[in-house]
Order: sequence, then C-alpha cells, then structure tokens
Amino acid sequence: MADAKELKQVLTGPIISNNPIALQILGICSALAVTSKMETAMVMTIALTAVCAFSNLFISIIRNHIPSSVRIIVQMTIIASLVIVVDQVLQAYAYDVAKQLSVFVGLIITNCIVMGRAEAYAMKTPPMMSFMDGIGNGLGYGAILLAVGFFRELFGNGSLFGVELLKKVSEGGWYEPNGMMLLPPSAFFLIGGIIWVIRIYKPEQVEAKG
Amino acid sequence: MASKKDSFGRTLFVVIGLCLICSIFVSTAAVVLKPIQQENKLLDRQKYILEAANLLNTKDAGMTKEQILETYNKFVEAKVVSLATGEFVDVDGNSFDMEKAARDPKTSFIPENDIASVKRVANDAVVYLVHDEAGTLKTVILPIKGYGLWSTMYAFLALDPDMNTIQNLVYYDFSGSGETPGLGGEVQNPKWIAKWHGKKLYNDQGELAIKVTKNPAVAQTEYGVDALSGATLTSNGVQYSLEFWLGKEGFEKFIDKARDGGLS
Repeated sequence: MADAKELKQVLTGPIISNNPIALQILGICSALAVTSKMETAMVMTIALTAVCAFSNLFISIIRNHIPSSVRIIVQMTIIASLVIVVDQVLQAYAYDVAKQLSVFVGLIITNCIVMGRAEAYAMKTPPMMSFMDGIGNGLGYGAILLAVGFFRELFGNGSLFGVELLKKVSEGGWYEPNGMMLLPPSAFFLIGGIIWVIRIYKPEQVEAKG
Repeated sequence: MASKKDSFGRTLFVVIGLCLICSIFVSTAAVVLKPIQQENKLLDRQKYILEAANLLNTKDAGMTKEQILETYNKFVEAKVVSLATGEFVDVDGNSFDMEKAARDPKTSFIPENDIASVKRVANDAVVYLVHDEAGTLKTVILPIKGYGLWSTMYAFLALDPDMNTIQNLVYYDFSGSGETPGLGGEVQNPKWIAKWHGKKLYNDQGELAIKVTKNPAVAQTEYGVDALSGATLTSNGVQYSLEFWLGKEGFEKFIDKARDGGLS
C-alpha cells in the first residue's frame, strides 16, 4: 500500500500543480458548456469525478488482463457504461439538473481527462491508487469548473447557485448583467485568465520557448 | 508484450466477457431507475401544466410532489383530440404519448406547411381542461412545439374558455442543449411569460392576429407581444409554433368546435 505522502500527492496534485484543465488543457469542451451556472458546474463535477474514479478503479483491477491490441476500446467500453449509468441516476434523482446538462453528461465518454487517466495511470497502477487518482483529477477539473461558473453566474446573471445576489436592472435592481458571460466564449477568457494566474505563481508550468 | 494475454483467443474472451458484464450493469441500472425517471418526467410536465393554469404555488418553498399530484388530479382533465376532426377520441389523455405517436407513421402525418419544423405530427393530440372547485371550465391548455435557434421548444399554451384570450405560454422542455441561456432561454423568464397574459389570438375578423414583434407600437396592442431582444430566431420560433399549432394542421378544428361551446 502506498504511503500517505504519495496518496496526498495523487489526490491534491491535480488541483493546482497538475491541473487537467489548466496545465494539460484537457476537457475544455465541457468546461465551456456547463459553467454558465454553479449548479450545473457542481453536478457535472460530481458526475465526472465519479466516472473518472470508477473507470480508473475497474480498469486498474483488470489491467493485467486487458489485451494491449484492444486496450483503448476496452477502456471506452467501461467508461461508456459508467457514463450511461451516471446519466440514468441523474435523470432519476436530479431531474431538473439532468435536463439542463442534457447531452453533456453523455459527452463525458469522450472527455479526454477520463481517457487520459485511464491510459496513463490506471493501466499501470494498483486499484486503490488509481481510484484516488480519479478522484483527484475530478476535483482538479471541478475546481476550474466551479471557479469559471462562479464568475459566469455572478456577472452574467447576478446570482450564485440560483440565489440572487446582484439585483438585475430587468428586475428593478441596479445590476446590468454582462450577457457575454453567459455565452460559452467567456469561459475561454476565464480559463485563460486562470491559467495565467496559476503560471505567475508556478513559473515551472510555462512551456519552454522554442 | 507478446505474452499470453495477447493471444487471439484470450483477446476475444476478455472483450466478450467485458461486454457481457457492462451490458448487464447498464441494463440493470436502466431498468431499475426507469420507474423513478418516468415519475419525474410526468411530475415535471404536471408542474408546468399547473403553472400554465396559474395553479402552481411558487412562493415559499413551492409545492411538494404530493401537492402537485393532488392539485393536478383534482382540477386537470387530460383529453385526447383528433386534429383532423376536432372531436374528442376515446383514449386516456394521461397515458397517451404524443411524442411516441408522432414517431410512428401509422399514427402521425407529415404536415404540408411545416413552418415550425415539427417534422411529424401525431394525428391525435392531448388537451388539458382545467376546472375550478365548482367544476366550471377555467382554462384550456394546448401543447405546442416548434424549432427555435438550437432546439425544438415544447410549450403549453393556456387559453380562456373563449379560445381567444391567452392566459399563459409556458415553455417546459427543449430538445438537445436548449436555447442560449440569457437570450433565447429567456422564453422561460417569468417577466416574458407575463407579457402574454390577456393577449388575444384572433382579431375581430376571426383571423389569427397574435404576433411576436420587435415593433413597440404593435407590441402594445392586444395582439402583440414584445420579442426577446438578442433572440430573433427563438422569437420567430415562438411565432411559427403558434401559427402552426393554431392553424389548419394543428388545433384549428378543435378550437372552432370549442369556441362554439363544444366543451361545456
């Protein structure tokens, strides 16, 4: 069993120092699509974390039996099955949010983070650590999603988790919402800004010029 | 890596085994969760029907599941109408699935003038009759749908029993990823829904006159509703949905019959 230090590294490493979105620039598509509200960003985070953790776990359990010629398709089968189950569970227990996330839950199947962790980590690591790695990467993804969702919902709609904080002009208040924040491109600017800030504090993340 | 696990037989065995396990896993989840999902869908739809009929209490914590069911069962009657004749047909409205019927060529038709891009329309449609405590007809709710910018938009159009005065136009579902939040998605904004209250569908000559418009002079009349700014195509979609469903391939016959007192 791995020691506590390695465990901590696997769990918290992906949040800032090895963030799947900010450093590896993976999973951008869904980060643009589901972050116009905190609630959807939150549910998407939970869904992706669950899929990533369990796909890592199952793939790691059978890693010594997966024939290398078909390993990608085996990983895809496991991931796809998990995503369908997550989608079904959301439709049963969080119907309103599932309706808003619609196609993006299904698109977790093609999320590069899940595939990337399965191929790069779970294929050569024991199950427990793989599971933790899945959770860590899910959290790293979620951290960016929630940060982006925070700015987009607050400035685009004047609310957080649907609770109104800045009263909008259209409802008799003073706040003129920034409509661009609700459109997917704004997430590009925000993610770009986040990457910039992270790299100011962690200059080692800056790619070598060349 | 030319080990034993890469042999042809072993590969086949692993792949088939994995597929079997995964399919059992997925189908079990689908079957086990299906009743809950259908209940959610139905409840969601009933909630919007109550909203269209002004029976939904959105204040405080809103209504619980039980309250929605109770109110719905008490006041709302779902009936099935034949679009071709405008007559009621003898089918249970609560179990009739318009979407399913629209997919089956036997129970649906392709409209000639498909301005709302609905593709196929079921021969029969559900209408919801809402009564008050005394059993008087208060509201007639017609389900409509049409293509906006990104998605097919589903709505309930709630009318007074005169079949002319609009009580509400409530959008309750969108296919795919829905309309743009903040722009087309504003069809669900209560402020916009409020603009429909009391507007008239038909002018004095009996022609369909309702218009989603950018012209403020028209929007102030009783036939005009202010279009959503920044969402021209969604607004057009709303207009076309109304024109289609109130037209002769939609509820026209039923509305004629209902206006002549066919409902009371």
